[in-house]
Amino acid sequence: MESVKPILEFKKTCVSYTKQTMAVKYVSAAIERNTITAIMGPSGCGKSTLLRAVNLMHSLYPNIRVDGEILLNGENILSMEPIDVRRRVGMVFQRPTPFPTMSIYDNVLSGFALNGIHLSKSKKDEIVESNLKNVALWNEVKDVLNKKGTFLSGGQQQRLCIARALAMNPDIMLMDEPTSALDPIATKHIEELLLELQKKVTILVVTHNMGQAKRISSRSMFMYLGELIEYGDTETMFSNPEHERTKAYLIGKIG
Amino acid sequence: MANQKIKHRLAKDKLMLWTICIFATLTAVPLFAILGEVLLRGYDQLSWSFFTEPTPTAYKAMKAIEAGERIPGGIANGIVGTMIILSMAVVVAVPVGILCGTFLAENSKRRFAKVISYLTDLVQGIPSVIIGIITYIWVVVPMKGYSAIAGSVALCIMMLPLIIRSTEETLKILPASLKEAGLALGGNKARVMLKIQLPAAFGGIFTGVLLAISRVIGETAPLMFTALGCSFIRWSINKPISAVPLLIWEFFNDPHLQELIWGASLFLLIFVLTLNLSAKYLAKKWNQ
Amino acid sequence: MNDKLYRTILFIAALTIPIVCGGVVYALITDAYDAFEHFGFFRFLTSSEWSYTEGAEQYGALPFITGTLLTTLLALLFCIPFSLPVAFFVGEYFKGSRVASILSTVTDLLAGIPSIIYGLWGFYTLRPIIIALNISPQGSGILTASLVLAIMIVPYAASLSAEFIKMVPNDLKESAYSLGATRAEVVRKVIFPVAGSGIFSSYILAIGRALGETMTVTMLIGNTNNIPTSITSTGNSMASIIANQFGEADGLRLSSLIAIGLILFLITAVINMIGKMMIKRARIT
Repeated sequence: MESVKPILEFKKTCVSYTKQTMAVKYVSAAIERNTITAIMGPSGCGKSTLLRAVNLMHSLYPNIRVDGEILLNGENILSMEPIDVRRRVGMVFQRPTPFPTMSIYDNVLSGFALNGIHLSKSKKDEIVESNLKNVALWNEVKDVLNKKGTFLSGGQQQRLCIARALAMNPDIMLMDEPTSALDPIATKHIEELLLELQKKVTILVVTHNMGQAKRISSRSMFMYLGELIEYGDTETMFSNPEHERTKAYLIGKIG
Repeated sequence: MANQKIKHRLAKDKLMLWTICIFATLTAVPLFAILGEVLLRGYDQLSWSFFTEPTPTAYKAMKAIEAGERIPGGIANGIVGTMIILSMAVVVAVPVGILCGTFLAENSKRRFAKVISYLTDLVQGIPSVIIGIITYIWVVVPMKGYSAIAGSVALCIMMLPLIIRSTEETLKILPASLKEAGLALGGNKARVMLKIQLPAAFGGIFTGVLLAISRVIGETAPLMFTALGCSFIRWSINKPISAVPLLIWEFFNDPHLQELIWGASLFLLIFVLTLNLSAKYLAKKWNQ
Repeated sequence: MNDKLYRTILFIAALTIPIVCGGVVYALITDAYDAFEHFGFFRFLTSSEWSYTEGAEQYGALPFITGTLLTTLLALLFCIPFSLPVAFFVGEYFKGSRVASILSTVTDLLAGIPSIIYGLWGFYTLRPIIIALNISPQGSGILTASLVLAIMIVPYAASLSAEFIKMVPNDLKESAYSLGATRAEVVRKVIFPVAGSGIFSSYILAIGRALGETMTVTMLIGNTNNIPTSITSTGNSMASIIANQFGEADGLRLSSLIAIGLILFLITAVINMIGKMMIKRARIT
């Protein structure tokens, strides 16, 4: 079978906060297109750190070093301008953060405003409508687009944040525990949404919820103390993990 | 025996409570005393002509007193002067102050920013009369004369630290997730600050500006050797100009114009207290 | 708007502060130089002459330095019995209640009253009372000025102290209560020691504020250039002599006034810096 070029590839990626301690140690993995890959592991295993390296969030903090390579469509993002990388990589955080001073309409388009991209009114309307439809929020807010997003429920706010990231047409979406601040029903809606979205965009999701990983991801990574212990098909990993550590995590012995 | 001791301690406790309550309430008294006095002495001076006419000459005032009439004239020259000086000061202090506060918030770890922060505190503590002297030396002397410009430079220097601090503090309180979400969308630091952070900080910044204005609007000393004062309404900015606090000082020093003190003071006091209360109210509202 | 332009603009805005500071120090030093050179630095500080007869001008700063220090110290003394109770009222006894927030607002409004109005009130209301009570014949003087100054600095001392009192952790207080202490005892033995350095630093800052106060003192201190001998004597402070004479001064007298300004600037700067440093340390612990 011909190998489709992976959309994202980690090559011996290391992230360190100080000279002595590495939070992420020599992670190598290739992420396939249009999949949902879950990154799991106990707290402090480096999963969020690894995720945030992909859109160069660490460049905000001068004491963080990233070594090795992270290839996005073959290009090493570590030698690219952060702004360029972030236009191609979308991120959704744990807590929904609609911009409080902007309306729902403007929130969806905020990526463009922040990048200094001007659009015609008709193009703007089109982007807002299609992305809100993509996150199944359109019907709920189409009459209140001019209101600020803060009155929406947690789940709706998170969907707004996903729409906002999607509007930039990223190659890959990074999600850092996107449902851990939401109630179970909102979580269910987001999970269904992600399953739909993977047809359009590749998703990398950090989660501490094993059930979620099982429900939505086709591939899974298990990390422990900064190392990538196991990476494979979710099904296989859950039913027949190769490594002792993975097994211990999955049955609740660690983490 | 033990019972006695406990009673004793409980009595001391009650005494402490009452002392604190009494003295705390007493501190509220001066506010109402001052307010009341200025109100009582000044309310019947307030009239349309009081706000629209300039100050009378000592001669006119003397004649009116002799004739047993109310002194003609008012404080219009002071009101116009204050407005002019204040607007010029605000136009410079607000943008510079916000930009400087943003600098301090964005670079809080760097040594240079710490030095600037330290110096901002220093400027904030400079006595107002010294700022008057400095502005005299740097503006009045080179310009060879007193002017509204000099007055506004002095007030601007006094407003700067307050605006800088409130901008810096409001920005620092914003959740980091806001900035990160903006950056994650690909915005550069400038755009994230201009479109996300500063708008979110607007409430705190605006309150800070209101408070800075209320602080300088009643200042007399810095204007004494810069704007100097003027007995008629003047619209030009490079000549001596009046201001409400300066007028009050003039009235205080002139035996014939004593009556006018209270109307002017009432006006000033109401203005300042309204600004203060509005700032407090807005701060509370925006913090919800 | 790219990042480089953004950073440059911010940097330039930040430069205004050091420029202002530099301007202040430079102007004060160069223009005070004449007086210091003519009279000698220490002689100027310790002389109490102030005469402007042509050809035999003699100026010295001592009366004004004493005037400033006396009024400030007295103001501090008078303000403590009021600002401490307010601080404990708002920060502990009625913390969080409606009454406390009203008192807070009232105290803040006191801080907002312009100093010239304090001066007017002191002159037209307080002075007659002092004369009537036979405390002093002319009513103005160190005492009157200090009383009004005390009222002016109460808000600064009270609101900052209240902040430190509120910061005392609840578990500390609860442990003391659980051992059977009364409220007064908790205040004395737990809150005061823990918030103590913060409270102290707030008074340092209040002193800084009082040192530089101009209009009120000018209107109430009596405007005589002698070293005060009792709290009812009249005198002048550094700020008030400048306010009174700067307008018509020139030559050596002007330089002497600016020299006094320099001394005032230095004293205020040092006190404020000490206060701010102590506050920073008290906030961290």
